[in-house]
Amino acid sequence: MATNLNPVDAVLVGFGWTGAIMGQQLCDAGLNVVALERGPWRDTATDFAPGFAQDELRYMWRHHLFQNVSDDTLTIRNNVNQEALPMRHLGSFLLGTGVGSGGVHWNGQIWRFLPTDFLTKSHNEKRYGRKAVSGYDMTVQDWGVTYDELEPHYDQFDKLCGTSGKAGNLQGKIQPGGNPFEGPRANEFPTPPMPQTYGPTLFGKAAAELGRHPFPHPTGNMSQAYTNPLGAQLGACTYCGFCEKFGCGNYSKASPQTTIIPYLLRKSNFTLKTECEVLRIELTQDRKRATGVTYVNSAGEEFFQPAEMVILSAYVLHNVRLLLLSGIGKPYDPKTGEGVVGKNYAYQTMSSVNVFFDDKILNPFIGAGALATVIDDFNGDNFDHHGLGFIGGAYIAGMVTGGRPIEMIYTPEGTPKWGLEWKHAAAKNYLRSFSLSIHGSCMSARGNYLDLDPTYRDIHGRPMLRMTFDFSENDHKMSDYLTDRAAEVAKAMNPREIKLNRRTGSWDVTPYQTTHNTGGAIMGDNPKNSVVNKYLQLWDVPNVFSMGSGAFPQNAGYNPTGTVAALAYMSAAAIKSQYLKSPGPLVRA
Amino acid sequence: MVSKVNLQRRQLLVGGVAVGVAGAAAATTAVHDGELGAPPRTIRGSVPWQEGAADSPPAVSGSGYVYFTPVEAVFIEAAAARLIPNDEVGPGAVEANVPFFLDRQLAGPFGRGDHYYLGGPWPKGTPQQGYQSRFNPAQLYRAAIAAIDQYVSANLGAGSFARLAAQDQDKFLKQLESGDLKLGGGVDGKAFFAMLLQNTREGYFSDPIYGGNKDMAAWKMIGFPGAHYNYKDWVSRHGERVPFPTVGFKGRPGWTEA
Amino acid sequence: MGRFTRRRIRFLLSIPVLLGAAGIAASQMLPLPAHPVSTPTAADLLAKQFNDSEPNAEQLVRGRYLVAAGDCMSCHVREGGQPLAGGLGLNTPFGVIYTSNITPDPQTGIGAWTADQFYHAMHDGKGAHGEELYPAFPYPWFRRVSREDDDAIFAYLKTVPAVKYSPPKNDLPFPFNFRSMVGAWNMLYLDSHEFQSDPGQSTEWNRGAYLVNGLGHCGACHTPKNALGGDKSKQDLHGGKLDNWVAPDLTSNARVGLGDWDVEDIAEFLASGRNAHAAAGGAMADVITYSTSLMSDADRRAIAVYLKSQPASPGATSPAPDAAAMRRGAEIYSDACSSCHLDNGVGQSRLFPPLGKDAVLQQSDPTGVEHLILGGTNIGVGAARPSPLGMPSFAWKLTDQEIADVSTFIRNSWGNQAAPVSASDVGELRKKLGLQTLRLTDNSGDR
Repeated sequence: MATNLNPVDAVLVGFGWTGAIMGQQLCDAGLNVVALERGPWRDTATDFAPGFAQDELRYMWRHHLFQNVSDDTLTIRNNVNQEALPMRHLGSFLLGTGVGSGGVHWNGQIWRFLPTDFLTKSHNEKRYGRKAVSGYDMTVQDWGVTYDELEPHYDQFDKLCGTSGKAGNLQGKIQPGGNPFEGPRANEFPTPPMPQTYGPTLFGKAAAELGRHPFPHPTGNMSQAYTNPLGAQLGACTYCGFCEKFGCGNYSKASPQTTIIPYLLRKSNFTLKTECEVLRIELTQDRKRATGVTYVNSAGEEFFQPAEMVILSAYVLHNVRLLLLSGIGKPYDPKTGEGVVGKNYAYQTMSSVNVFFDDKILNPFIGAGALATVIDDFNGDNFDHHGLGFIGGAYIAGMVTGGRPIEMIYTPEGTPKWGLEWKHAAAKNYLRSFSLSIHGSCMSARGNYLDLDPTYRDIHGRPMLRMTFDFSENDHKMSDYLTDRAAEVAKAMNPREIKLNRRTGSWDVTPYQTTHNTGGAIMGDNPKNSVVNKYLQLWDVPNVFSMGSGAFPQNAGYNPTGTVAALAYMSAAAIKSQYLKSPGPLVRA
Repeated sequence: MVSKVNLQRRQLLVGGVAVGVAGAAAATTAVHDGELGAPPRTIRGSVPWQEGAADSPPAVSGSGYVYFTPVEAVFIEAAAARLIPNDEVGPGAVEANVPFFLDRQLAGPFGRGDHYYLGGPWPKGTPQQGYQSRFNPAQLYRAAIAAIDQYVSANLGAGSFARLAAQDQDKFLKQLESGDLKLGGGVDGKAFFAMLLQNTREGYFSDPIYGGNKDMAAWKMIGFPGAHYNYKDWVSRHGERVPFPTVGFKGRPGWTEA
Repeated sequence: MGRFTRRRIRFLLSIPVLLGAAGIAASQMLPLPAHPVSTPTAADLLAKQFNDSEPNAEQLVRGRYLVAAGDCMSCHVREGGQPLAGGLGLNTPFGVIYTSNITPDPQTGIGAWTADQFYHAMHDGKGAHGEELYPAFPYPWFRRVSREDDDAIFAYLKTVPAVKYSPPKNDLPFPFNFRSMVGAWNMLYLDSHEFQSDPGQSTEWNRGAYLVNGLGHCGACHTPKNALGGDKSKQDLHGGKLDNWVAPDLTSNARVGLGDWDVEDIAEFLASGRNAHAAAGGAMADVITYSTSLMSDADRRAIAVYLKSQPASPGATSPAPDAAAMRRGAEIYSDACSSCHLDNGVGQSRLFPPLGKDAVLQQSDPTGVEHLILGGTNIGVGAARPSPLGMPSFAWKLTDQEIADVSTFIRNSWGNQAAPVSASDVGELRKKLGLQTLRLTDNSGDR
């Protein structure tokens, strides 16, 4: 039997990036806010200090900061004809948990999507015809929000993080040194770009020789010290090479801990409860209003937290599952194409090219999560897709996130994975190799979706989430085309040899790809095609807001965090300006 | 000359709510598994702080094997020596103390499958569905080693894997890797090989605090400086070798030399 | 499940027109915010708002300000307790003394006190019934506070939520358990006269003197003490030691004091816990957070002006460090410390203190440096600079010898000069702090 708690104005389910952003925004508006985080409290000096943060075994391979799947995981399959089985060990994506969650162990790659990325259906249909957007069983759609609407909120996140970079488009004017393809920015980046190490520098030179437009990757790893508008301070990055999958030990990576939490915890109208997992959203009898959430803590005690607003700020997979478990919205059915919850699950289509030199010492261990030189010439609709047979694209990055030796020793084509030959190749190439990352879009398709598993249950007895996903032919074609473009740049770097790691076959849960899962609670302009409106407010239950990449109708060729944050800020702005005074639907269906 | 009895008090100075159960208790009592539920905690008013607290790495201690039986140890040492053989270029897995690392890993949370979902049912999946076994890693090693030695003695005319000639060991391991070779005892030989190879590389290249990578020799072989954290002044020095000596969490000879 | 909170029912009853059917009522949403916070935090009390219409509103605001200036909050709260309800144990060389409940509860707090009784406590160290209070309560400094200010503090304390709570009995051995002992102590050490302004100095200087030597009670930590806990004579603000921290010299001594800081540096430090030279860790962190960060710019400047006028304490020489210790220390520094303090100890201004020519590092007593490395610290925060930018604990990582060597190295590099540190000293402190064994965090689940 759950214990009833005192009602609050808003309850946050999960306390990573979007939880922290919404907590700050709503507390500043005077609301009494409680955040429920299922993982532990974590902070820089105690939990990822530079004395031990750089531990590849413990963090990358033993998943010490990630969700422990031993008591709750999801089931996976490539298509509806297969039996879904549990993801028994993390691999393809590394789910976060704990205070700060993925915001602690991300790379700090801060991107904005292209203006045309928000118009995937209408723009591509207009330029390439109907089949371009409906072939291969694709179910892409427009977002219902435009780049221009989101720009001020992208800007807010840049200022929060102190993003280091160089604008390529300032108020419509193309700037030398930046990304000429990006949407117009109102402001220059808050801090200048990071200096580039040898590998990215060689990549940039080669790309420019080919007529591409290289620019420094926008990054939440600080090129210099920065104080954000909340007064929170970040230090300059020391290029330790342990961002991705690791916490930053010296306050130089933007995270909820470094940018928001110290400010937010000072507020008496904010309370954080750790080791508290929300089981379901409770609804009124007419199912039109949420009354709060029921949660259980690590001591096994159950509570009902009444709240006027419920903000789902957990990871996309958990948000979608909570909607399904709470019976909110109509679940998607891939047979009929009807229903919306779970629809348009998508991912990221990754491939890479390794480059090997004989004569150059690249020192790969000098790295940072977003230390890269990038070309965006083949992303989104930045290039003519006529005759290519696909839509979408990727950025190509000459990137050095680090040189962590268990994961990141590149060996030439044909090298065995073990034995003397492997050891010799490792010894020879570690300091002299480099990788280009091809970070591709993923178009939603009819057979890719999320629902509840009929067989497997978690420790609380709740059905696990079931993920049905495979890369579409569109994405394979895109990825092959982009990998060839990357190979051109790789060759122009004049290396001894290169190696292409194409995206082949079906999606495989074992090798790490990215933790960029999207969709399932998608946004749109009406309740028939979407779960939430452009303010991330549920059409069906207007006092519930679903944050995160679940809102993406399909995924663009960029890392999602910038867009996730911008959407949260836009939601908060609408809540503050309209919803608080007269709670109800912010968009009339 | 007055001071406060409890300097952890600041985290607790948060108004009317009772908080900091973990903060105060952690100093004296064992905490729960943080990944599976530390004590619930309410945090309000300020950023918590506990003096001396560190989520420091779980270092291993002792010598000799605590998980492997003598027979298993013979297999592990033989297999490790083939996966990463020794020569003048750099240490082999045995020379880098990888078998000891594996033993401690299997004796600890990893071996227990602390980060594996092992609930049923357990049908065989597609290759894309990854690890699908009821065994935790320690059980898999145990079952697989027994099945391998049984296979070798039944089919290859040697008493055990370790007694095969080196090139026959390599041949056997390649068949295990490809999945061509079927083991008894419900053991997925391919899955075991993948785990063994991965764990061997882990022991070879992880911090010596976990028992492998003896003298940081594997790091030195490839030119990785280890746990050094600051390369700020070297970012723009393209093509130069950085001067920092290889270092582990617990230091290096230069820290203690007289 | 409580679908209807009492508040909602009340709300709905107040607008019966809207109550068409139960379904509509259930879907009714309240304009927000609707649920005010019921339990104040320490920061809330220190920012408590008063209605201008209250007759003594001005006095209450002043009282609230003075409670911050006196850093009352840091001591008058216990673990898990409510702010100002006391119960925190204070380690004194004579035993443990528990702070009192200064909320207006009539039985357990000061609700039944008169303003006169309060003044007596502040001025003479007497309790409500004339009993001697132990000087852990800093009345030797508070007695310099004016009657008007005492009255304002008292008036403000009467407005905070009353908490029924009795602190534990003091844990003092014979003969210190006899309060009459304090009378003798008072005769020996209590400064008999009240605050007297110095007409030869500026108003600002005098305001600073009033704050430093009165409510601020800086000397309670920063003035060295004799065996009986009295101030060592003629060593005002020459630096003291408490709870295994060193309270640095605050005189104009350029090496160990504030000689290299200007007035702005001091004011910034008091406001935000950080400046271009240093960060406020250890026991000073609370002082920043609950006291100086809440003071006015003018008062912080006044304190700075007064401190800058303090004549430098005498210089001291120290033996040269061992070359091998310096070499080892440099190697450890490069691997373990340069991630934040950077190569050559240059630091990052206002984030990670530069280590060259640093007063804290050069204190003759190395306890503070050892403590920082062993236990780590969060630094004090203010509203404009909320990040505590913690320094991690190295107790698990570095041996006593390694901490000694790296301390010796940083105490004698980049313009610093101070006595070498011994491993046995570090080991002793490690024992006192209870850091021989690992102190885990909520996240430590893989052991």
